[in-house]
Amino acid sequence: MTDDAHPHQPGSPAVTEPPGRPLRIGRRGLGGRAAVAAGAGLFATSGLRHAARPAPPRAGAAPPADPAWSRELGPGVDDHPYGQPSRYVRDVIRRPVPWLTQTTESSVSFTPLQDQPGIITANGLFFTRDHAGRPDVDPATHRLLIHGLVDRPLLLSLADLQRFPSVSVIHFIECPANGATEWRGAQLDSLQFTHGMIGCAEWTGVRLSTLLEETGLGRQARWLLAEGADGAHMDRSLPLAKCLDDCIVAYGQNGEALRPEQGFPLRLLVPGWQGSLNVKWLRRLEVGAAPWYSREDIVDYTEPMPGGLARAFDWVLYAKSVITYPCPERRLAGAGRYELRGLAWSGKGRIRQVDISLDGGVNWQHATLQAPVLPKALTRFTLPWSWDGRPALLQSRAVDETGFVQPTISELRTVRGSGPIYNNNAIQTWQVKPDGRVFSVQLA
Amino acid sequence: MYSLPEHPVRTVLAIAGLLVLAQTHAGRAARAPGGGVPRDEQARELSQDAPEVSVDRSTVGRSGIGTVPDAVQIGGWSSAVSPDGRNLPGGRGSVHEGEIVFDHECAGCHGVFGEGVAGYPRLASEDKLTGNRPERAVGNFWPYATTLWDYIDRAMPFAAPHSLTPSQVYAVTAYVLNLNELVPDDFLADKDSLPRIVMPNRDGFILHDPRPDTHDEACMTACRPPDAVRIAATAEGSTVTPRETGPLDPMGRQ
Repeated sequence: MTDDAHPHQPGSPAVTEPPGRPLRIGRRGLGGRAAVAAGAGLFATSGLRHAARPAPPRAGAAPPADPAWSRELGPGVDDHPYGQPSRYVRDVIRRPVPWLTQTTESSVSFTPLQDQPGIITANGLFFTRDHAGRPDVDPATHRLLIHGLVDRPLLLSLADLQRFPSVSVIHFIECPANGATEWRGAQLDSLQFTHGMIGCAEWTGVRLSTLLEETGLGRQARWLLAEGADGAHMDRSLPLAKCLDDCIVAYGQNGEALRPEQGFPLRLLVPGWQGSLNVKWLRRLEVGAAPWYSREDIVDYTEPMPGGLARAFDWVLYAKSVITYPCPERRLAGAGRYELRGLAWSGKGRIRQVDISLDGGVNWQHATLQAPVLPKALTRFTLPWSWDGRPALLQSRAVDETGFVQPTISELRTVRGSGPIYNNNAIQTWQVKPDGRVFSVQLA
Repeated sequence: MYSLPEHPVRTVLAIAGLLVLAQTHAGRAARAPGGGVPRDEQARELSQDAPEVSVDRSTVGRSGIGTVPDAVQIGGWSSAVSPDGRNLPGGRGSVHEGEIVFDHECAGCHGVFGEGVAGYPRLASEDKLTGNRPERAVGNFWPYATTLWDYIDRAMPFAAPHSLTPSQVYAVTAYVLNLNELVPDDFLADKDSLPRIVMPNRDGFILHDPRPDTHDEACMTACRPPDAVRIAATAEGSTVTPRETGPLDPMGRQ
């Protein structure tokens, strides 16, 4: 393609050209001018950038077209120092369910899984659950205190912490209340609101074991209390064995500092265990001999069972999966070829297998697991599908490396009743109607 | 596996922990879901389950990073109260004093009688816990009075945490216990009296995770009769699904 066949329109305020015959500088000519300009000072792009001139249509108005953005100079590299998503995906945002909580400060905002293409959740879209609003923590004055049954208590600034040997790990965080509204029946017609209390990220920080080797542990040390710097001073008790196995104190998330919504400057990462243990705005770690039985330990994050006793300390998140395309927010365009897509995860390790049913669980076929398949991380699965346009009941079923098989909601209710709030890892059913609309349903 | 010289504490604990947990879970499966095991016994088991710590003190302070806090610095933050009352401060509060603080600071959300207002938590209840999704209030659910002190002290009032004095926290704790008819009108709450209160639901918890409690198999074909597949519930037309809660992100529009 030559310049004659493809006129560029850098324009020039000094030269008036008839519409359709702009001054032809061409890439070579522009580069030459820029090189000269760079030697003399700034290249005055403001004079070059203006609205596209009405040009003789090289294509129709409809796609394929030669639209305005192909016939003008775009903004420079300096207009958004922190990059922004396209304005055309402005509706890809976290969303709360306003009636779920009394306040926005003690509430949750859900990840839009219907728009997550891979296993990593964008930092701005990662679900957030706060208990007393989002504090604006200044890292210059924030400290992490480690004390209790240790030989040498420690007070660390963020800069101190960042001097220790660091690790990066990819793990999901899921609130155990993910799916809570669906225990009693299909209530929310949405992937975002039935499954969006989860996100997966690359976390960077210091292993808790590294820090506890530095402090030493007393003979009676068995438990650890993690406390946040927010107004709730959120505190949870954790068995020390888990802390030393794979927990980290994280300061990085997906290539940048933690966002304030995720605990800037520090949060605890407790891989595969319930989200509320991943204490945000972490400021204190106390080693002790027994659990503290904080309100979040023994009142909030507990589950009354039909017999009257309540389960507590049930920290592990069991295997779960969901089809993310199609879903209520992303309907089908008509009969034809599609790729069914979804996400699977397990707090006990890797996903071994995901099966998909098109007929409400009568017959199943293996989906393809997409690399990487990482322990305690979101795992992508896909299955090609030729939809004949007839009604379908889509389900996915995860099996993890321990052999645990994701249950149906009926099986869960048989054991736990329909009263629970937490740990709903049931198979999700999407009903596809002949017009391509998708609804959340539950099967008998 | 971890290399011993580099991670002595973690290695010993992790291996021992996995073994001990595996053994105790296997032994406990027979009586799952754990009904009727007194909570104190479970607590003892929890501590016994926890692996012995074997410490190689050569790692302590090895990096020299950070500072060693003094007792005052630690005391400024170290407030978590456990059931034995450790960390409860001096001070005391009566039911009557608590009522005054409660009416001013708490009743707006929790109600004058702890009944809960506009969806905020109910504090007083004698409801049985056997119903479907029972309300979990202090009197019928919380296992320790110390947890109540700890939570009020760290997180309440909702909009102004850490604004009450220790004696005010004792007083509000006494009042909430009295609303639940757990202490008499002349009760004085302090660091000695709170740990001695035996809450009604103290043994109401299963502290060992009984899962997996479902045991499905990954059947692949003819797993159920096709005519048994029936939609029992649908969210189609759900009026509780938010459609556009926002605001939509302006993304720095000029």
